[in-house]
Amino acid sequence: MIYQDSKVLLEVRELCATVNGITILKGINLTVKSGEIHAIMGTNGSGKSTFAKVIAGHADYEITGGTVDFEGKNLLDLAPEERARAGIFLGFQYPIEIPGVANNQFLRLAYNTAQIQRNKDELDPLEFDDLVREKMKLLEMNPDFLDRSVNENFSGGEKKRNEILQMSLLDPRIAILDETDSGLDIDALRIVANGVNQLANKGNATILVTHYQRMLNYIVPDYVHVMESGRIVKTGGKELALDLEKHGYDWVNVEQPTTAGT
Amino acid sequence: MSVALQNLINKPYEHGFVTEIESDVAPKGLNEGTIRLISTKKNEPEWLLDFRLKSYQQWLKMEEPKWSNVKYPKIDFQAISYYSAPKEKKKLASMDEVDPELLRTFEKLGVPMHERAALAGVAVDVIFDSVSVATTYKEKLAKVGIIFGSISEAVHTHPELVKKYLGSVVPVGDNYYAALNSAVFTDGSFCYIPKGVKCPMDLSTYFRINTEESGQFERTLIIAEEGASVSYLEGCTAPRFDTNQLHAAVVELVAHDNADIKYSTVQNWYAGDEKGVGGIYNFVTKRGLAKGKNSRISWTQVETGSAITWKYPSCVLQGDNSVGEFYSVAVTNNYQQADTGTKMVHIGKNTRSTIVSKGISAGHSNNSYRGLVRVAPTATNARNFSQCDSMLIGDLCSANTFPYIQVRNNSAKVEHEASTSKIGEDQLFYFAQRGIGSEEAVSMIINGFCKDVFQQLPMEFAVEATNLLGLKLEGSVG
Ligand SMILES: Nc1ncnc2c1ncn2[C@@H]1O[C@H](COP(=O)(O)OP(=O)(O)O)[C@@H](O)[C@H]1O
Ligand SMILES: [Mg+2]
Repeated sequence: MIYQDSKVLLEVRELCATVNGITILKGINLTVKSGEIHAIMGTNGSGKSTFAKVIAGHADYEITGGTVDFEGKNLLDLAPEERARAGIFLGFQYPIEIPGVANNQFLRLAYNTAQIQRNKDELDPLEFDDLVREKMKLLEMNPDFLDRSVNENFSGGEKKRNEILQMSLLDPRIAILDETDSGLDIDALRIVANGVNQLANKGNATILVTHYQRMLNYIVPDYVHVMESGRIVKTGGKELALDLEKHGYDWVNVEQPTTAGT
Repeated sequence: MSVALQNLINKPYEHGFVTEIESDVAPKGLNEGTIRLISTKKNEPEWLLDFRLKSYQQWLKMEEPKWSNVKYPKIDFQAISYYSAPKEKKKLASMDEVDPELLRTFEKLGVPMHERAALAGVAVDVIFDSVSVATTYKEKLAKVGIIFGSISEAVHTHPELVKKYLGSVVPVGDNYYAALNSAVFTDGSFCYIPKGVKCPMDLSTYFRINTEESGQFERTLIIAEEGASVSYLEGCTAPRFDTNQLHAAVVELVAHDNADIKYSTVQNWYAGDEKGVGGIYNFVTKRGLAKGKNSRISWTQVETGSAITWKYPSCVLQGDNSVGEFYSVAVTNNYQQADTGTKMVHIGKNTRSTIVSKGISAGHSNNSYRGLVRVAPTATNARNFSQCDSMLIGDLCSANTFPYIQVRNNSAKVEHEASTSKIGEDQLFYFAQRGIGSEEAVSMIINGFCKDVFQQLPMEFAVEATNLLGLKLEGSVG
């Protein structure tokens, strides 16, 4: 939601990035304020996941130009774990499997790391168990997932729910959810969207990365951006997603590219 | 590989210090004279000298084994000193008289002695180079009839037991290094648990190699009589030297009817530097004989050190219903080479064995599992389950699995599972994205990987083992 007294959380200016010498991001501009929900749409290969990973600090990508400020600080100076602790959360398009590491241990370590950051008490395994089971109920997740290895042999939809579970535990300032809707059936989509909506508040922001309009029926964005070849080529309100759905992505290209952001 | 990950696996060796005390070192070289010298120094009976000389004759006729997956320059057996004892001024009446320099060394190693041992509930028999210097808790153990001390002492106090069991599990001609050990062994632990006695505390030995270019040839003998049980811990560290040191120990275990021996090792000998210079050559023969019915031999090892490890703790399951177990974590880094595993030889009926091997390789290292499961025609209903998992850190290391299975009884059931995995950059990024740094991430992954083995270790050893892997036990249960 757009608030009058909101403050800027994320400020991306002319961001360029390469991977293995190939330029992928070619000058991204984006401003995200507290309380807002943004959607980034675009065809496969347009650079959406690259953008998400660059913000999270993935080492494969080299920043070749531009700036990223997060709450007034230079985000690009921070290591990936420092960005996470500062409140940046990435819901992975393809969540990683970690055999041998129990999900509950992993979740508790991540949660306690965030608690330390917030100057709050860490939870022992029993206290944490109560908390995590409560959160899992909201996402209609089976508690069995706690004892299984992180994401190992989870179905696509289960992995996505596990991502949202982590988001709910970490309570980030800004969550970038990369194709969280893909691989979800309609019930799961509703549950996950419901979870995301419940977490959204005046102090945080959400960036939904998707190439379908579907999820935006459940999570209503304040802004929709269209990405094309590593640039944001169009920005509009929630109706832009419907236009895209109706006319396809080629429709954008006929129009004049605009400078994105608000 | 990320810098943090590199730093983590390249932690410098913490036990690399030399203790400056006068050593009584034999001249280098090996011949009958050397053996007679060792025997004389130790004031040994005639039968033991004969045992040594017979072994030496065997050894001369044998060839160094070439089948293992390790490479090293030819060892010059004439360039090694076969006896090194800290020079004592007089016989020591109590622990307080032990050379303070020596005690400081043990302190640095974290060996619990004096009252600390009492608090920890551990009786420690300390081997410093080749001579057993101090034995704690012997008296307390003696009250229940347990004999625990150095093997050289046992040769004098209980010659009938030593004579009966020495070489009974590992015959002198068993293999090249065992023959060498039988000829020149200097000291080691001796442990005898009489009928029906459950040893009230874990027994522990700390090995430490101190003198440069001195070979270490321990000889350990543990006997559990009918219905007896014991848990034995062996910890090993060595200071760092540029030249390679040879270590060729022999450990023999005998479990009679319903007896139970659990032998745990945490080995952290100097592995050489990051270029592969120096480090211990560890060629060890460890074998347990589950002689009686319902007996059990269990080996647990965490191998983190040595330039070369060549080691196959084995179980001979002779008694009906006897059980053999092998739980192993072997970590190699830099240019370390490990060829380790086990042998389970099923002879009795309904014998069971379990093998769980976890190999972790990093740097340029090479980590091989080599295991033999043999089921003799007599071993009706024998069962074996083997699980061999390898984990690779980085792209330059390698892991191999060599399982040998020989089944000569149709009723036997032998299962083998193997897997190879890798700590990937993407896994570390996933942790990082949740605020968890790479050091903790690797520790969590490795702890998870080794869980089945660490669970087998006595508590204080489990802690040491995880620390040794450069890990913290954060969040780990049990
Ligand atoms: N590690 C990589 N190596 C080479 N090319 C990559 C790599 N990561 C992404 N790309 C390329 O960058 C482009 C954008 O990919 P991505 O950001 O995943 O797109 P999207 O998420 O919008 O589908 C694609 O052409 C993809 O092939
Ligand atoms: Mg994508």
